[in-house]
Amino acid sequence: MKFADEFRDADLARALGARIAAESGDRHWKIMEVCGGHTHTIFKYGIEDLLPSNVELVHGPGCPVCVIPMGRLDDGIALARDPEVIFTCFGDLMRVPGANGSLLDAKAEGADVRMVYSPLDALKLAKENPDRKVVFYAIGFETTAPSTALTLLHARAQGVKNFFVFCNHVTIIPPMKAILDSPDLRLDGFLGPGHVSSVVGIRPYEFVTTTYNKPVVVVGFEPLDILQGVHMVMRQILEGRCEVENQYKRVVHDEGNPKSLEVLARVFSIRPHFEWRGLGFISQSALQLRDEFADHDAEKAFTVPGVRVADPKACQCGEVLKGVLKPWECKVFGTACTPETPIGTCMVSSEGACAAYYNFGRYSRSRDRERVLAGSAANGERG
Amino acid sequence: MCLAIPARLVEYLDEDRMFGKVELGGVQRRINTLLLVGPDACEPGEYVLVHVGFALSKISEEEAKDQLRILGEMGSAYAEELQAIGESLSLDLADTEGSVLSVSPQEVRP
Repeated sequence: MKFADEFRDADLARALGARIAAESGDRHWKIMEVCGGHTHTIFKYGIEDLLPSNVELVHGPGCPVCVIPMGRLDDGIALARDPEVIFTCFGDLMRVPGANGSLLDAKAEGADVRMVYSPLDALKLAKENPDRKVVFYAIGFETTAPSTALTLLHARAQGVKNFFVFCNHVTIIPPMKAILDSPDLRLDGFLGPGHVSSVVGIRPYEFVTTTYNKPVVVVGFEPLDILQGVHMVMRQILEGRCEVENQYKRVVHDEGNPKSLEVLARVFSIRPHFEWRGLGFISQSALQLRDEFADHDAEKAFTVPGVRVADPKACQCGEVLKGVLKPWECKVFGTACTPETPIGTCMVSSEGACAAYYNFGRYSRSRDRERVLAGSAANGERG
Repeated sequence: MCLAIPARLVEYLDEDRMFGKVELGGVQRRINTLLLVGPDACEPGEYVLVHVGFALSKISEEEAKDQLRILGEMGSAYAEELQAIGESLSLDLADTEGSVLSVSPQEVRP
């Protein structure tokens, strides 16, 4: 595939890894990849195996399915159980456990739950089933929100009155800020989310460099993109620079995509508060439909329970999402919690750190790596 | 979720350029192309990133070439370094005599 294969060259990846190793010196580097798409690439292609043991990638909160709190999922399941409703969502969401089962369980019990690839599929279902109410459970960061916005504008233009959006779109800056404010984590810099940035541009990250003095490099999703991004973060620090850089220039313009920003502003407003799994309530961190789209707003057209549900006690997704815990450090990782029978969201989504560790067999290698790190840290203290 | 895949824009399907035909992995699909304006304006034959049925942005051929050139140089610089270190006489393990370093340590240490 053009624009993919050439960025997966194994020899070049090894050469970049060696270069990073040579320049990393003897300090420990901790770089957070914000986006779950990056986490997926890192495990799928074994990027960690190419990096020296003193360069640690910390997995961030940018997995849309992972950050949905259980209460919001239960709201969705309640909507799905309404006999008038055809409930549509992306496939990732189907197996996420709610307080009383998942959407897949609801479907097995007779609810009309359908997996869609695009919000446009949901709109098509609405047109084909004028006597039913079609609800689209919208999730995702700024990458996905313009698609929902455009779909709603299409629905309005075509007069499709039985199409509803249950909006759970979130924005990337507030959780980054929450992580930077958290005392648990010492980070050297960030790999910024490439596709979110294709929408919002690279300016929104400037506060990370000015207020928190950490470099940000917006990177693409192929293995060479990630390695080059890691190298760029390191070069900034070694050269005493602290900037927002764009590694993903083939897709991301510094100003973002003006049309996407325009439709986002037209359809959505900022929610005062939104609950994030593991991160708690973060103010102004999510989107809601503007009042003029109230006719299509599932939260206004239906009665949703809106009950806040605490995460299962055994689940440590919150710590994993903040990068404080490695997936295998969670008590239920790979035992009670697996992709087939997940307890937490991070084990469900292909972008979740736990699912990535589990599915790509990085578990034992990562533990070996951890032992090496623990050993060198102990030696360092003695020295 | 934030995954997007590259596809070649074959043609626009309406005058307003609301929808377009793309080819990806050997199949042709109809996607929404409303976001391909301004810096992401795209003509048939060029490549776009497809995300949940929408063209998210154009992929710049020039920028991609530029990046691959930089990556290639980084890779070749490393390969040259490897070759140089391999050819270096003084670093040869077989050189047990230490001919290059045949001075007393005191003379070398500052």
